[in-house]
Amino acid sequence: MIGLMHYLTVAAILFTIGVLGIFINRRNIILMLMAIELILLAVNINLVAFSAYLSDITGQIFAMFVLTVAAAEAAIGLAILVIFFRRRGSIAVDDVNRMRG
Amino acid sequence: MNFAAILPEAILTIGAIVLMMVAAFAGRRSAGVTSWAAIALLLAAAVSLIGPPQTDGALFGGLIAADGFGAFGKLLIFLCAAVAIVAAHGWFERDFEHGAEYPVLILFSAVGMAVMVSATSLVTLYVGLELQSLSAYVLASYRRTDDRSAEAGLKYFVLGALASGILLYGISLLYGFTGTTQFSGIASAFAREGTHSLGLLFGLVFLLAGLAFKTSAVPFHMWTPDVYEGAPTPVTAFFASAPKVAAVLLSVRVCLDALAPAIDAWRQIIIFASLASIILGAVAAYGQTNIKRLLAYSSINNVGFALIGLVAGGPRGASSVLFYMAVYVVMTLGAFLCVLRMRGEDGEPLESMDSLSGLSQSRPWLAAALAVFMFSLAGIPPLFGFWPKLMVFQAAVAEGLIPLAVVGILGTVVGAFYYLKVVKLMYFDAPGRPFRKARTDLEGILILLAALFVSPLGYLLIGPLGTLTANAASSLF
Repeated sequence: MIGLMHYLTVAAILFTIGVLGIFINRRNIILMLMAIELILLAVNINLVAFSAYLSDITGQIFAMFVLTVAAAEAAIGLAILVIFFRRRGSIAVDDVNRMRG
Repeated sequence: MNFAAILPEAILTIGAIVLMMVAAFAGRRSAGVTSWAAIALLLAAAVSLIGPPQTDGALFGGLIAADGFGAFGKLLIFLCAAVAIVAAHGWFERDFEHGAEYPVLILFSAVGMAVMVSATSLVTLYVGLELQSLSAYVLASYRRTDDRSAEAGLKYFVLGALASGILLYGISLLYGFTGTTQFSGIASAFAREGTHSLGLLFGLVFLLAGLAFKTSAVPFHMWTPDVYEGAPTPVTAFFASAPKVAAVLLSVRVCLDALAPAIDAWRQIIIFASLASIILGAVAAYGQTNIKRLLAYSSINNVGFALIGLVAGGPRGASSVLFYMAVYVVMTLGAFLCVLRMRGEDGEPLESMDSLSGLSQSRPWLAAALAVFMFSLAGIPPLFGFWPKLMVFQAAVAEGLIPLAVVGILGTVVGAFYYLKVVKLMYFDAPGRPFRKARTDLEGILILLAALFVSPLGYLLIGPLGTLTANAASSLF
């Protein structure tokens, strides 16, 4: 029987992978965007699992909000990535270094 | 459904959508029109704050509260947004055509912040925060032909999205372990179960971590200097003022409303963030050569002081935070308006500290104004910046948090050093190349008003501003 804890564990693992994906990844900014999506999806699993467990609809509505915002966030992230690429001709993480201090 | 209570947000949302259409169809030509229309909308929204009855109870099924606390925050936010639009006018003229969408983005950001300061549910909190952040990412990379602006946008986006993710994970845990997203429900769950529940505790920590990022408090400050340096200066002025007000006020509402019964749990976190911000903001600013980076560290430092008021808690602490943010916003906007006047002979924007040397001889009034803002940000007594610092320290001492106040005061002394460095550069160093004569008079008037506000004349406002902040803070309790 798959219970609430299983869902929470999967979500926690996905969340950790997402956070590590941002910090460990040194290659490509696209991977960072994917890691961010992973974090948001982990949250969605959490919300929906809790919603089902509590028999409360709020969590599912919240998940819809998160999905919408995630879509907008991805669009803006890719747009910024495009203007960055136009200037530098690269999307390697190590190239985001014009400012240091 | 009381739609009058969300009138400011409604005005700004509908107005911003209309202006976006104007900007899309009329293009660059409409830049002037959209700017002034946006300022008019902000003014209308601010006026509409007076009109509707201020209800203390939550509206729309507990999603939002139109109380005095939110109204005070919105007033500050709309002021900052209007100044950011005015400041952009002269700035974009020269090297980048002033896009008509700039004021629209500021308006959307202002709507997001207005929702943030009046949110009483985790759902509205998240939606407001994201609306503000998404507009801010675009604003940071607004000069898309500029290397640094694009990089600032990218850094802000990646770190901001990570912070939103962390905040959201905390929200999901709080929802799951309390069974509600409303602040009042979360408060009663904390009162019932205490902080023994690991899930609740994790939720609280993640939520505060996300909020700390948005206020740029210390463990989560690393984006601030880079984004402030890279973003176009009017946008930086906006970032340093409005989102900071919104995030600090949101933290106050979350801590003193939703997390009120868990005060022992969040207090340690906020104490750490506050002291670390004060110390790091003061120490790391040393050796900066870019004035925008310097002001970024100054903003980190100042958020630390505002958080002292939050640590103190209670109506007194909350009102000291409001007072602090009101004065901080004027000082910071004034300083950034002075930075906007730093133009080379060809009108190219200058940002290095060295270009300020000898300013008192070439531009005595500008130097005097910047010196006033610097002394005030440092909290040196005759100026108004001293008073809010005193208020937060008094609130902390009244709560018995004397060590916190002592370290905070020591931090002020250390921080004063780099503010004085700017003054020394302007008044005691040999003059460098003179700045171009400034043209826009409106900015000059705004600098003058801000300088008068932080000058000792500002003390005349202690009475009215004190009453206003006390009333606003009392609506939280």
